[in-house]
Amino acid sequence: MIEAKNLTKRYGAKVAVHDLSFTVEPGRVTGFLGPNGAGKSTTMRMLLGLDRPTSGEARIAGHHYSRLPAPMRTVGALLEARAVHTGRSARNHLLCLAQTQGLPAKRVDEVLELVGLTDVAGRRAQGFSLGMGQRLGIAAAVLGDPEVLILDEPVNGLDPEGVVWIRQLMQRFAAGGRTVFVSSHLMNEMAVTADHLIVIGRGRLIADCSTEEFIERSTDKTVVVRSPDAERLTGVLSGEGGKVTAADDGALSVANLEAARIGELAAAEGLVLHELTPRRGSLEDAFMELTRDTVEYGTSAAAAPAGQAAVPAKEETR
Amino acid sequence: MTAAPADAAPPSVPGAGARRPGFGALLLAEWTKIRTVQSTLWSLVLLVLLHLGFTGLLAAVFAAQWDSMNEGDRAMIGEDPAGFFLGAGLSYSQLTVCVLGVLLIASEYSTGMIRSSLLAVPTRLPMLWAKAVVFAALVLVLGVVVSFGSFFLGSAILGDRLPVGLGDPGVLRAVFGGGLYLAMLGLFSLAIGAIVRHTAGAITGVIAFVLVLSPLASLLPGSLGDYVHGYLPSVAGMAITAAVPSDDAVLSPWAGYGVFALWTAALLAAAAYLLKRRDA
Repeated sequence: MIEAKNLTKRYGAKVAVHDLSFTVEPGRVTGFLGPNGAGKSTTMRMLLGLDRPTSGEARIAGHHYSRLPAPMRTVGALLEARAVHTGRSARNHLLCLAQTQGLPAKRVDEVLELVGLTDVAGRRAQGFSLGMGQRLGIAAAVLGDPEVLILDEPVNGLDPEGVVWIRQLMQRFAAGGRTVFVSSHLMNEMAVTADHLIVIGRGRLIADCSTEEFIERSTDKTVVVRSPDAERLTGVLSGEGGKVTAADDGALSVANLEAARIGELAAAEGLVLHELTPRRGSLEDAFMELTRDTVEYGTSAAAAPAGQAAVPAKEETR
Repeated sequence: MTAAPADAAPPSVPGAGARRPGFGALLLAEWTKIRTVQSTLWSLVLLVLLHLGFTGLLAAVFAAQWDSMNEGDRAMIGEDPAGFFLGAGLSYSQLTVCVLGVLLIASEYSTGMIRSSLLAVPTRLPMLWAKAVVFAALVLVLGVVVSFGSFFLGSAILGDRLPVGLGDPGVLRAVFGGGLYLAMLGLFSLAIGAIVRHTAGAITGVIAFVLVLSPLASLLPGSLGDYVHGYLPSVAGMAITAAVPSDDAVLSPWAGYGVFALWTAALLAAAAYLLKRRDA
């Protein structure tokens, strides 16, 4: 379990994280979403005691990270930035970390095997690809067989096989009753990995809900309908409260009506349908919509004052 | 590259079986860190080569020139041959200790390793102390060995003209002092590396202290210059490598070493304070 309470981090005049509170529960994968620069890494670094919060506090398993007796045996962390001396071999990197936690050297070989780096364990880390570097970081994270995993952008640089592997690793950890907190700016990856989402933009909380609910409440549901008699159908559907827009290719996009209801109405009127397809916005769309006003490095400057940026965005898209 | 399936071992109870590992575990970890990067090996090899090389070179030059040297010069070396042998080597070999001391911590910042180190030891200071102890011990042992080497090499080359033995007053202290000086210099450099956190900047800082400040201070007029010069870290520290303190020495050997230790302690304290306070 991870608890963040009113976490705030300021760098001079710039607020990186503002009054952020959330709880990450065990037994499920919790995704930490936000555009680049939203404050995800800063938040994770505060959870791990690397950055000192300007105010507020963070607890893991009930303690400040620095109070954990052998921290890597409770919390495994993968940071976004590399955290390996490039002149040291993978095995020696893990060995010196294991020694600080009183872990036996054979645990190093176990995690090397687990992440698939056994064959290159003696090679210096400077020759590692991005993906190998990520695997080494994950090996360090699971070294102490921790109860809590905190992973910052773990799929960065991984090949498709690696992406599936890390996804399964996280899901098995969660299934075993452990806590998994994983950040990403890739919505679609989170849609298939995370059970729960904490979404932030510009250091503020935007959403804290299940992945399903997040998609549900933040995307428009529409139904694509084709009919040889589009004009009459439009009239019928509009009469029932549907919002109909005609596309160039003759298809109709209908909002506010379920596909089944549209079919029934068409049948009642004796109208022929050539297509009846429910469409739902992707998580990507939902995310773009929600964070549109909170993108830190957006192409068009977000004009909303910082204090109001996040909340209205959420309301508009309901 | 194939990976074994993700292991789903049963979750461990919070903190179960996890006692805080003692300082010994951190010493072992820091020893692993220092022995597993190549810069350590190269720096230490260079330390030995420079130390013995320059002692040998200067001794050989003086031996060759001996007959054509004037009395004043002969007397200057003759006063303290042991100090001359040690000083000849140390003046150059000390630079490798400066560089290695800085690298030990600054390279953790430049590579990002510091984040792993601090995740492992979030109370932070024990990590710094363990690093300091391991490094100082390593340099002390090697420094004493190489000082003995330098002494014997020098006396083998110049011994017939400048007879000197380990039993002569102050000589043994000076030879051990060579190791003590290097060990303290290592800590001094480590502290500056920890404060500055950038390799190039920190090395420049240490070299400035060791090489640049001392000639500058000697330019100050009168006795003020002598005092400032005498209390500079490397000048004060080097006093311990003189078997026979020269007449113009401001501090006695042990007092000088004490002053150097105070400089180092102050810098280590600043490094500790900043390490605890700053974001990593």
